[in-house]
Amino acid sequence: MARTGKNAYPFTSDVGIDEGARRLTPGRIQQVINRMLDTEAGARFQVYVDTCAHCGMCAEACHFYLSHDGEPRFSPAAKVKQTLGEIIKRRGEVDVDLIRRATEVAYTECNLCRRCAMYCPLGIDVAYLMLFVRRIGHFLGTTPQYIQDTAHSHSATMNQMWVKDDEWIDTLFWQEEEAQDEMASLRIPLEKQGADIMYSVIGPEPKFRAQLIYQAAVIMNAAGVDWTMPASPGWDNSDMCMYTGDQDMMARLKRKHFETAMRLKAKRIVMGECGHAFRSVYDMGNRALGWRMPPVPVVHAIEFYYELLKAGKIKVAKKFESPVTIHDPCNIVRGRGLHEMLRYVAGETCETVIEMHPNREHNYCCAAGGGVINCGPPFKMKRVEGNRVKAEQLFAAKIRGARTLIAPCHNCHGGLEDIIHENHIGMDLKFMGDIIYEVMEKPAA
Amino acid sequence: MHAIYGFVSGPLVWVAFLLFIGGSLYQVITLAQLARSRDAVVFEYMSFRFALRSILKWLTPFGAVSMRKRPLTTLVAFAFHICVIAAPLFVYAHVVLVKETWNISWWYMPDAWADMMSLLVIGACLFFLLRRITQPEVRYLTTPSDYLLLSMVAAPFVTGFWAYHQFPGAQVATILHMLSGEIMLAAIPFTRISHMFFFIFTRGYIGSEFGAVRHAQDW
Repeated sequence: MARTGKNAYPFTSDVGIDEGARRLTPGRIQQVINRMLDTEAGARFQVYVDTCAHCGMCAEACHFYLSHDGEPRFSPAAKVKQTLGEIIKRRGEVDVDLIRRATEVAYTECNLCRRCAMYCPLGIDVAYLMLFVRRIGHFLGTTPQYIQDTAHSHSATMNQMWVKDDEWIDTLFWQEEEAQDEMASLRIPLEKQGADIMYSVIGPEPKFRAQLIYQAAVIMNAAGVDWTMPASPGWDNSDMCMYTGDQDMMARLKRKHFETAMRLKAKRIVMGECGHAFRSVYDMGNRALGWRMPPVPVVHAIEFYYELLKAGKIKVAKKFESPVTIHDPCNIVRGRGLHEMLRYVAGETCETVIEMHPNREHNYCCAAGGGVINCGPPFKMKRVEGNRVKAEQLFAAKIRGARTLIAPCHNCHGGLEDIIHENHIGMDLKFMGDIIYEVMEKPAA
Repeated sequence: MHAIYGFVSGPLVWVAFLLFIGGSLYQVITLAQLARSRDAVVFEYMSFRFALRSILKWLTPFGAVSMRKRPLTTLVAFAFHICVIAAPLFVYAHVVLVKETWNISWWYMPDAWADMMSLLVIGACLFFLLRRITQPEVRYLTTPSDYLLLSMVAAPFVTGFWAYHQFPGAQVATILHMLSGEIMLAAIPFTRISHMFFFIFTRGYIGSEFGAVRHAQDW
């Protein structure tokens, strides 16, 4: 019996969930759940729920489970049992506490990292099922407040961070000016028609990581790439609506993004080092719009750096000296198989690469992904403590000499920063772009 | 006794096979229809090559990391699945029954093999039972239906073994053997044992997603 009762273990207090739950009535819960079961639960849902053999093989896959010394409720199948298991069994006649528990499990105890699909003999996609629960949470209005705020920002501004249209353009001008001190001929071409590449970033880059735009501009200019950035909404490739369960908004966002690239007649979209955004553009958002594959080819930064280095467009002046280790982000490794390219880029730019174990497709998630870090401070320690295995991985790499951790994903960055800090691991954390920018030959100012 | 024997060895066999075959077809077809209407992605991304790649990898003992993490469970699970399918298909007594009824026959295995396989199945069921009780992560997921399914699978093998060796009450055991076999067969499409055929689709689909779309391995 899943422990879903009030006193099983405490709920985490969150304004979004608390207030949302307060407004719920049994009728409303049942109405939403039945509508979801009747209209959106399809063949995958049914087979996954009906054929799970309750064998527990998936447990080994989950960093939450491993980090909690094998506490059963953290195994992927247990998360399904605590949420959908109860919901289906009682056909939606569940109480508010169960919804609160289901919400907390689906939004903050699963990173949708899809590692468990590689451990389940039947290949059951628990991430898909957890997204289903989140969609119920979305309709019931029990989304955690912080992530819901970013979803609101997406709806109102088409970017994640309430960046106003003029602030966006200002930020690009500002970074262009800054970078021109280093490289006088540098430009960040806005609204150029027919460029080879439209470069897109996530909302947090102009908001508080503007140096990443600077660095990208230096790389683009040094490599002589024909590129542009849009001066209109549609520049942001990120997508928290995908993670709140608001798939309609996810589709709107991706449509805006693709249409912006089409308006500029860009041949490809190259995106910065973000994992979830890649998942949205390459995997989920395009599908929601009915595109089998993205209508404009999408290239993640790692693949782009790989191309540049391979073609000799970027030359390394002096390799990065501090020994590095590599974190494989779920959404570009299990989500796109970029792990070997990532190793090529790291090998070309760094003196010493020390592998963490397990790695590549089997790497542990950062525990920040899947929108979990976006659920904000109330759940911070939950994800840090829920990823002790990552801290152990990092320690092990450090003992073998690694001093710098490369994490080519924004969410991973945020999550790993907290893990490094809280566990006093003492490692530098960098994007791949940070390192390329540091070691590359730059044309004289 | 004769009347019961006649019933379980006659009409009930037909009912069981009808439910098994009809039920399986029904499940697969209705699911395919459901996928058409609500899960278009399933057809869109299913790739023969990558589905097969994943299925073969997962049908290879210790082919996946997951299996190597739990060597004993893997060993038992493979032995169990091979025996649970092979023993009833190739045991002499079954082949003879079919031969007498329809005059078609196929290769059969020496009785000693079938005997050993039955014991393996029974042993594996005990292992799974023990696992359900002792492993916290499995116990947490366990529902009464899991015990029921386990006994449902074990029953034909226990009674078959009993009947073959002519232990006391072998006549009753024979009837129970047929009855439990029929129950299991009929239950396959309507219980979690349906993973017997759904495995191809679930594994195949995730294998296709991982291979064809995400360019990654799923084992």
